[in-house]
Amino acid sequence: MQFMLLFSRQGKLRLQKWYVPLSDKEKKKITRELVQTVLARKPKMCSFLEWRDLKIVYKRYASLYFCCAIEDQDNELITLEIIHRYVELLDKYFGSVCELDIIFNFEKAYFILDEFLLGGEVQETSKKNVLKAIEQADLLQEKTETMYHSKIFIGFKKAY
Amino acid sequence: MVAPSLKLQDLIEEIRGAKTQAQEREVIQKECAHIRASFRDGDPVHRHRQLAKLLYVHMLGYPAHFGQMECLKLIASSRFTDKRVGYLGAMLLLDERHDAHLLITNSIKNDLSQGIQPVQGLALCTLSTMGSAEMCRDLAPEVEKLLLQPSPYVRKKAILTAVHMIRKVPELSSVFLPPCVHLLHERHHGILLGTITLIMELCERSPAALRHFRKVVPQLVHILRTLVTTGYSTEHSISGVSDPFLQVGGHSSKTMTNISPLSSTQVATNTDTSRNAGNAVLFETVLTIMDIHSAAGLRVLAVNILGRFLLNSDRNIRYVALTSLLRLVQSDHSAVQRHRPTVVDCLQETDASLSRRALELSLALVNSSNVRAMMQELQAFLESCPPDLRADCASGILLAAERFAPTKRWHIDTILHVLTTAGTHVRDDAVANLTQLIGGAQELHAYSVHRLYNALAEDISQQPLVQVAAWCIGEYGDLLLEGNCEEIEPLQVDEEEVLALLEKVLQSHMSLPATRGYALTALMKLSTRLQGDNNRIRQVVSIYRSCLDVELQQRAVEYDTLFRKYDHMRAAILEKMPLVERDGPQADEEAKESKEAAQLSEAAPAPTEPQASQLLDLLDLLDGASGDAQHPPPLDPSPGGALVYLLDLPCAPLPPAPIPDLKVFEREGVQLNLSFIRPPENPALLLITITATNSSEGDVTNFICQAAVPKSLQLQLQAPSGNTVPARGGLPITQLFRILNPNKAPLRLKLRLTYNHFHQSVQEIFEVNNLPVESWQ
Repeated sequence: MQFMLLFSRQGKLRLQKWYVPLSDKEKKKITRELVQTVLARKPKMCSFLEWRDLKIVYKRYASLYFCCAIEDQDNELITLEIIHRYVELLDKYFGSVCELDIIFNFEKAYFILDEFLLGGEVQETSKKNVLKAIEQADLLQEKTETMYHSKIFIGFKKAY
Repeated sequence: MVAPSLKLQDLIEEIRGAKTQAQEREVIQKECAHIRASFRDGDPVHRHRQLAKLLYVHMLGYPAHFGQMECLKLIASSRFTDKRVGYLGAMLLLDERHDAHLLITNSIKNDLSQGIQPVQGLALCTLSTMGSAEMCRDLAPEVEKLLLQPSPYVRKKAILTAVHMIRKVPELSSVFLPPCVHLLHERHHGILLGTITLIMELCERSPAALRHFRKVVPQLVHILRTLVTTGYSTEHSISGVSDPFLQVGGHSSKTMTNISPLSSTQVATNTDTSRNAGNAVLFETVLTIMDIHSAAGLRVLAVNILGRFLLNSDRNIRYVALTSLLRLVQSDHSAVQRHRPTVVDCLQETDASLSRRALELSLALVNSSNVRAMMQELQAFLESCPPDLRADCASGILLAAERFAPTKRWHIDTILHVLTTAGTHVRDDAVANLTQLIGGAQELHAYSVHRLYNALAEDISQQPLVQVAAWCIGEYGDLLLEGNCEEIEPLQVDEEEVLALLEKVLQSHMSLPATRGYALTALMKLSTRLQGDNNRIRQVVSIYRSCLDVELQQRAVEYDTLFRKYDHMRAAILEKMPLVERDGPQADEEAKESKEAAQLSEAAPAPTEPQASQLLDLLDLLDGASGDAQHPPPLDPSPGGALVYLLDLPCAPLPPAPIPDLKVFEREGVQLNLSFIRPPENPALLLITITATNSSEGDVTNFICQAAVPKSLQLQLQAPSGNTVPARGGLPITQLFRILNPNKAPLRLKLRLTYNHFHQSVQEIFEVNNLPVESWQ
């Protein structure tokens, strides 16, 4: 996968994950053009389109568009599955996720994505494992916060 | 007293509360000022919060580069909260282009080796997302160590990080190759998936790796088989299909090793295709079969699977099916043909990308046996298809018609139909092709001209159609007026109607300049084809002599001159064209130069050009006018050279020559003068104008001047302005010689004059002496 974008129906970006090195200007340009192209698609059209030299796979969930750019040799149908799996993970984590959750907790959305995909490839196929990993990280964060605030320094323990 | 900084959530609320863009900008600018101040002060406690806010603002599109250094500080901190946000910031704000990114290498190294798994995870994630080549080289040993760690959480991440490293720095393949085989024996799906990806990357980069991994193939097959046949584990499956991600990975890895997967058939039969996941796996099987050199049976299986996909109600599936069938159609044409009816049905799709695919596939499926049926379908589609597909459809139909036309008449009909339906979307050379085709089908001339006339009479807006029709009417107007044609109902066409139609085309504001050119030329040609007098045509032609369009004006002037001065040649020049051979562009270029008289245009490609033989005939005409026995015979650098100057008005005043004139002959009041011009843009060219004057009491009649030059030079004579010089200083005769002297050889000129003077015929042959040196140096 080259990149994944999440954006609202008004074209506002909610998440952007780039797996290829591009300048800020290029990213903005690509985002703008791609958002326009996808938003212009009619509801009954198929989820795949060709754009520049990439294949774009997108799916709309409620008010959010999930849009991935894959390479020529990648399997489009499995990308649809990847998108769906990510939505399921978000759903499990936030409990009936909606766009507002992703807006107000965008860092969490990134963290979940980073446990599911790595370097553009699927790293963990088990939903359970992904969610467990996030839980552990959240737990560690809480622990260090309380420790920090109580100004006690204890050696870190293994979290897993 | 510093105001307490906003929490992230509060900031987001505030931004969303802004009613206008300007308000939002204000809020953000204020907050960014706070954030910058906080960074300057170096407040460690709230730094992560400030960065998080900055990242949000960055996502909205505002500049956030001043946060880059803060990312580094946060990553270096020991707090996990800091690290989380810091690494996220690094992934969003830093990239290879900034030198700053190298500074995190050290932090990553420390984090990788300190043994807290979430931290290691963060570091690996960041490395694999934005790690540059230098970073990868530096950190490769650390990642390699982590591959052997007991914990699967870290290992799977390390493997995928290795994949990224190899993509960035292919030389690292040697580092990561050894552990792979061992990793394949793991049971953890994440590790397996990562390993498979790693193996694929390695194999892509080096054939040596490929050979190394061939022995691993049985292992891969085993994994696949286990997944397919044994029951599924709930955590990995999607609606009944065990770990589709892993299956897909397994298949694609086998394409690397090029060994026929026997398990594909197993998968094909066992997989539940009611959900997308199953179809995804099936599709991957198809892709595998397509990519490797499978046996024919397997390929047919692949085609059949795709055929089933075509009938699926999910349009995504249909889309991938059409795309893949397009890839297969070259190699397995007959297998794909079986699904032709389904493909043609897909033409009716409302989704543009689907119908486009269906169109491409349908065009690829046309062959000589199904061409008539397919053309009907495609033409029906052309009438109703969306505009952006029209051009492709039209050119596709025309191409297919050209390749598979069963009869010429069918071909002409098809092209005609395409032109009437989608004329504006047709490619430029379609006109040229069609005229060439019609020209070649002699038996169909009458038929074509009738049909084109009818089509034109109905509608003059489709430019390519009008152009072809105009050309055809011009060429075969006589056949049109005869009215006999077995193949369609004979039509009584009046001369006046034809002329009126062409005039209509000329005057219509819808006609392009090129089209007007065609129409004008057609009118000219009709002047020789029609029986009636040519007054109407002459009138139209002379009107256009003052047309604003330079191209039309030139044509009109030249045609007008043709009427007035060269009427005797008109019939010959406007004869029916012989068919020109359509070789490569080179021939076209040469042919273009030797066009029909007076068409020196760069506009629409000339339909056909007279062949060399006919040119020579015309040259003979010229010779007849200006005498014969010129040595060497005039060689044209371009075949139409003489023709080009046929209609150049010789009395067009030449610019004053810096070379002095030369009087070369005088006899009883008849004088011959030469004037020289060397055009600056062509140093090898010399233009000589001879002027014959008569100051005697008797007229000079039948004046003919011939010339000869040395063999190394080339001479062209143009037609003289006349052959009579009236007595007592009457209008002189002028004639233009063109001499090409590329080698700057010394100029020698021999002249032969014959004329009648005082009722005597005079013949003089002499060499011109005293030719000025400037004329040839």
